[in-house]
Amino acid sequence: MRYLLLISADEETAAEAMAAGEFGTFDAWMADLERRGGLQVHAGLHPSTLATTVRVRAGEVLLTDGPFIEGREQVGGLAIIECADLDEAIEIAAGHPAANIGQVEIRPLR
Amino acid sequence: MRVERELDEAFRRDWGRVVATLIGVTGDWDLAEEAAQEAFASALTAWRRDGVPAQPRAWLITTARNRAVDRIRRERVGAAKMREAAFLNEPDAVSAAAVDTSIPDDRLRLIFTCCHPALAFEAQVALALRTLCGLTTAEIARSFLVPEATMAKRLVRAKQKIATAGIPYRVPPAHQLPRRTSAVLGVVYLLFHEGYVALDRPELCERAIQLAALVADLMPDDPEARGLHALLLLLHARAAARTDPDGALVPLEEQDRSRWDAAMIDAGTRQIRDAMRAERPGPYQLQALIAACHATAPTPAHTDWARIVTLYDGLATLVPSATVRLNRAVAVGMSTGPDAGLALLDEVGDHPLLPAARADLLRRLGRRADAADQYRRALAATDVAGERAYLERRLAECIAS
Repeated sequence: MRYLLLISADEETAAEAMAAGEFGTFDAWMADLERRGGLQVHAGLHPSTLATTVRVRAGEVLLTDGPFIEGREQVGGLAIIECADLDEAIEIAAGHPAANIGQVEIRPLR
Repeated sequence: MRVERELDEAFRRDWGRVVATLIGVTGDWDLAEEAAQEAFASALTAWRRDGVPAQPRAWLITTARNRAVDRIRRERVGAAKMREAAFLNEPDAVSAAAVDTSIPDDRLRLIFTCCHPALAFEAQVALALRTLCGLTTAEIARSFLVPEATMAKRLVRAKQKIATAGIPYRVPPAHQLPRRTSAVLGVVYLLFHEGYVALDRPELCERAIQLAALVADLMPDDPEARGLHALLLLLHARAAARTDPDGALVPLEEQDRSRWDAAMIDAGTRQIRDAMRAERPGPYQLQALIAACHATAPTPAHTDWARIVTLYDGLATLVPSATVRLNRAVAVGMSTGPDAGLALLDEVGDHPLLPAARADLLRRLGRRADAADQYRRALAATDVAGERAYLERRLAECIAS
């Protein structure tokens, strides 16, 4: 099974936690994924204030300065993993440091 | 008539097992259910014609499997999935599984999968009642007071999630087992609780008891599973006396104890005694022991409140929740005196039943004005008709005197 992990959190809290070095277990998460051998894609994102949202309506390209959903909770990273089943995906998601302050949404890939 | 009776019996006993086995073999929940349904339907004619088979379950599983194979062959276009192909070529594996008692009961995998924490409570219960107990979608919809179409959609979505999101069909590995077992017990308890607090929906309680019996059976080494079954039996045994003819709640001490279900109390008492033999007490076992104290007291005055307080002490160390603190305070109020109970209620924290508990102890102290005030607050906190009727009666008593 392949899953997308959408890692999100309150951007301010996450930035503070990051600055305070509370994200220290990140290496351990990566090491665990490497050991499992299922990490296909992993990327951290710049803050949502830098996002540009594109919509095409009636042939016209409309741009919004910001993310597609406004709010304090924003996606800050994503990963695509390959693993046995949802139970393993849950274990991997629960091990991500951001799960302690935000949340990780697991979506099966088509 | 004998064939119909045997078939009814087989349905009650074997439906869950047939479905569980077929899911294990085909990996397809819908196919498993449909094949099981067809097997039971064809049994009526076949058993009338040929007599009831010596091993009804093996007959049903083999027939269901053949129906599933037929269906896949019929519907197969182009390349079949690997799993389907594999089981089409192993015709004897299923019949062997059906008769060989050393093969673990697939219903255990089924209950763990139905109660997977990635599914919502409504989906968990609906799946379990459909696949394990053989309730129809219409019956489940009625139990939850939703239209049948809503329930059908809920079941489809749950099965889709299991298949597409990769929820495994298995008994969880050892490191997840304790947490996942409590999840299963929690689903059954919650189902019962919904019926218990509603006062007028006993079928939810009955269905929860049916599931609890099954789970206790499937997990013979888990004393908490037995404890839960015992607890539900001991609580539900009082059902007939818990409301008056108008549906108003009747408190424990005013209940007509001759209307309690003695056989159910016996079964519950036996089950908790068996559970305690493992000497691994847990929250459900302790609650069952408390329920047994009430269920076995011949009159309210015979209730061993001191023992109930001790049991709540144990429960509070395992489950330090506001509900446990509230119930413990009430028990102290009955054992030591209302003043002691009221003092403890001040330390409970937020709880919707706090005003009702305070009101009752104040009433026992004869502080009618204070009690009336608390009954009014309690009335504002509930919309359960039977509970409101009881609280209004008490409020009227406090104001009248």
